[in-house]
Amino acid sequence: MKPSNKGRKSAVAAIKVQDGWMTVETTVNGARQSWKIRPDDFLLDALRREGFKGAKKGCETGDCGSCAVLLDGKAVASCLLLAAQSQDREITTIEGLGTPSEPHPLQEAFVDTGGIQCGFCIPGMILSAKALLDRTPSPTEAEIRRALDGVLCRCTGYVKQVQAVKLAAERKK
Amino acid sequence: MGWIGKSVKRSDAKSKVMGAALYIDDYGYEGMLHAATVRSPYPRARIKKIDFSQAQKVPGFVRGITAKDVPGKNLWPLVMHDYPFLAEREAKFAGEAVALVAAESLQAARDAAAATRLLLEELPCVTDPLQALKKSAPRVYGRDNVFARYVVKKGDVAKGFEEADAVAEGIFTTGYQMQAYLETQGMIAFPESHGGVTLYGSMQCPYYVHDAVAAALGIAYNKVRVVQRSTGGGFGGKEDMPALVGTHAALAAVLTGRPVKLIYDRREDFISMSRRHPSWTQLRYGAKRDGALTACQAKFILDAGAYATLSPIVLWRGTVHAAGPYRIPHVLIESCAAATHKAPCGAFRGFGQPQSAFAHESLIDELALKLDMDPLDFRLKNALRVGDETATGQKLGESCGMVDALEEVRDASDWKKKRADYPAWKSGGARRRGIGVAANYYGVSLGARGRYLDRAAAQVQIQPDGTVMVAIGNTEIGQGARTVISQIAAESLNAPYEHIQVLETDTSRVPDSGPTVASRTTLMSGNAVLNACEPLRRRIFETAQEMLKKKGGAETPMSASDGKFSVAAAEVGFAEVARECYLRKLKMAEQGWYSAPPTSFDTETGQGDAYVTYAYSANVAEVEVDAETGETKVTKVTSAHDIGKVINPNAAEGQIEGGIVQALGYAFIEEIIEREGQVVNPNFTDYILPASADAPEFKTILLEHPYPAGPYGAKGLAESPIIGPAPAALNALRHACGVRLSHIPAMPEAIWKAVKHGDQKKQ
Ligand code: FES
Ligand code: FES
Repeated sequence: MKPSNKGRKSAVAAIKVQDGWMTVETTVNGARQSWKIRPDDFLLDALRREGFKGAKKGCETGDCGSCAVLLDGKAVASCLLLAAQSQDREITTIEGLGTPSEPHPLQEAFVDTGGIQCGFCIPGMILSAKALLDRTPSPTEAEIRRALDGVLCRCTGYVKQVQAVKLAAERKK
Repeated sequence: MGWIGKSVKRSDAKSKVMGAALYIDDYGYEGMLHAATVRSPYPRARIKKIDFSQAQKVPGFVRGITAKDVPGKNLWPLVMHDYPFLAEREAKFAGEAVALVAAESLQAARDAAAATRLLLEELPCVTDPLQALKKSAPRVYGRDNVFARYVVKKGDVAKGFEEADAVAEGIFTTGYQMQAYLETQGMIAFPESHGGVTLYGSMQCPYYVHDAVAAALGIAYNKVRVVQRSTGGGFGGKEDMPALVGTHAALAAVLTGRPVKLIYDRREDFISMSRRHPSWTQLRYGAKRDGALTACQAKFILDAGAYATLSPIVLWRGTVHAAGPYRIPHVLIESCAAATHKAPCGAFRGFGQPQSAFAHESLIDELALKLDMDPLDFRLKNALRVGDETATGQKLGESCGMVDALEEVRDASDWKKKRADYPAWKSGGARRRGIGVAANYYGVSLGARGRYLDRAAAQVQIQPDGTVMVAIGNTEIGQGARTVISQIAAESLNAPYEHIQVLETDTSRVPDSGPTVASRTTLMSGNAVLNACEPLRRRIFETAQEMLKKKGGAETPMSASDGKFSVAAAEVGFAEVARECYLRKLKMAEQGWYSAPPTSFDTETGQGDAYVTYAYSANVAEVEVDAETGETKVTKVTSAHDIGKVINPNAAEGQIEGGIVQALGYAFIEEIIEREGQVVNPNFTDYILPASADAPEFKTILLEHPYPAGPYGAKGLAESPIIGPAPAALNALRHACGVRLSHIPAMPEAIWKAVKHGDQKKQ
């Protein structure tokens, strides 16, 4: 889940720094955002500061996946990306996935299979699963496990989460 | 039964999938400061001076705090009362908290902590527990570096070995394991105008936090309030430790007069918080030719680290279970917890039992092989049954599913066939297959050693609209406590499950209910809730009956299910009845209480009733080993668990699956590398946790041998599943490759070496 930056250098380079602050323009869950940030702010911290608390901080070293968000549809560890790297890109956080009355099929499926215990890994899990299903609507079990591999869950033993992704894929058909 | 035994959806699932559940780091207050901790870098050091002069220059610095600033007593009131909240003269492990800083931002707090200068004198230290027990060792604790010693003595062990036809013996060791909850430790303290403080945070045991904060601040209990927030995993790591974190936050809040947030980063969580004790066990079993065990003798040593924390109790649990779930006439177990200059070990799911079970289940296998018996049959022959006595001489009067569990896993795993077939199994090259078994029991709740804490309170309030608020003193840490408690309340009141709301645990709502540990919540809080529901149920049922009478349904007895009450064609719903109760001015709130029955236990001999009841588990693990690399994959775990009445099968399965994966991490991949008292790998990059690809296939069997004193017959579950899988997997490795690994984690290199060595010996 390491961030990729291909072809994005120019957008980032165009941001001006003034008195140690810079402004990034990005899109989060479909809404345009303009953030005043420090050049060394990480995306995870910026998101959390702006109220997207669903992105969790489990390690800050890119190992646990609790901070996973979608960047242009791909699951990335937001604790390893600089906030500036989100310039002109589209971010999806767990808050953007569904509403309580109309949850995303993945959110429903996680509830139905019981793939939730403490819940700390769940936003990252669901977003990683979404990146997979958007790409591969009918994944095999091995593909699901690979897609979830970047997100650690200390509680569940993973089966019910894998089942949830399968169930969501079936329901979407 | 309507709600009991049903896999209802978790009450907190929705908020968690929406990302709406708030954990402590998701909260903030106006004017809130951030705190950071200054830690000793040495395993042992004399503290000469703490100098904040450079820290003060960090923009946003507010104040520094040392032991001198602790207004109350600088000693944590936990078990042995030996751990200072902030080290004063001597710091006893690398990572121990020496000072705190509070600042306007997290970054400023961390910068100020880094800029705080400690003038320390390094002192000689001891980091090996066996060395620590020697007379010449540097002092960590007391006169002999021993936090606790226990003996369990039953019969005459020398006679038992005389009677034996076969004897097996060995030394087994286990390493550290981190709880590795995904959410690190964290607390927010809010200073109150009455001079007290309210704490919010991630925790298992709010009452421990309450005790510690009151002691450190030197204030009355009624000025402290502790509220649990959504907690991102605990597994024992948030049993006692949040009391330390919370006290630090509270000190900073009271001394600055502002709210203070203290969140650990992963590294400091790794170096300073509790972890599973490394262990050393010397064990001997004797048996007759027909397989009947005659004797068990064990020396069991835990490496406790620099402060006692919960070590005496962890050791006790490990000790009383150390002979295994077997009928053995002669037993002698001696144990001790040794103090070393390392981070204190403490509570971790299983609580001393994964260590002693690794030894007993490995050696039982060896003895079976010596006797030329199938290891599963050998266990079955000796397994505890109703009417038998445990190693502590406790007679099992009821609810004992050990035999049942073993038979179930034998049949469900196709044990006999695989045990016979796997040795010949070959797949291109060096891969080998094996199947192994392990049995364990688990004393539910605190038992004789923690009997003063074994009580629980509850409050149940029925609202005028028919919804119900339930407050308990135990916490939801992911295990599903709120869901199970909701089911119990719904069942008792005949309320719809969806109408029950179990509130965040708050020490001002219900009196001290002891800790959320030892798989005790369903049993203890469940019974307390039932106790509170009892009079409410009476009022609800009587009112419903009278309402139905008016509706003309007088003759036949009333039936109550699914939140509805009916007589013949007449029907009323729970909400209508609740409203009617209010109109009749009935009391719709009650307190409940439950305390565990007294236990009789003699600490001199270690004989007596150790626990009120036991859960029983059997695990069969199948492995595939690559003999050329040592890489071992656990492909399937079949397990059966007698946990009494199962309240929620889906949640129970979740506990079991999660416990098994943690156990396999313990067996094969999770390794703290410690050199001279320093943790070398304090992060998830180098301390590897099982990921989704590492999880085996599960076959999970739930067995119900009801415990009459439990709520609807329930016992407890959370910990039993983590005890057996590690030895079962190592026994499978033994079956696959013919070698006995006597240390866990068994890393690929060790497996590879052992297999190579074993193969050479065969040739
Ligand atoms: S917090 Fe980003 S991967 Fe762990
Ligand atoms: S549910 Fe707790 S970490 Fe996944």
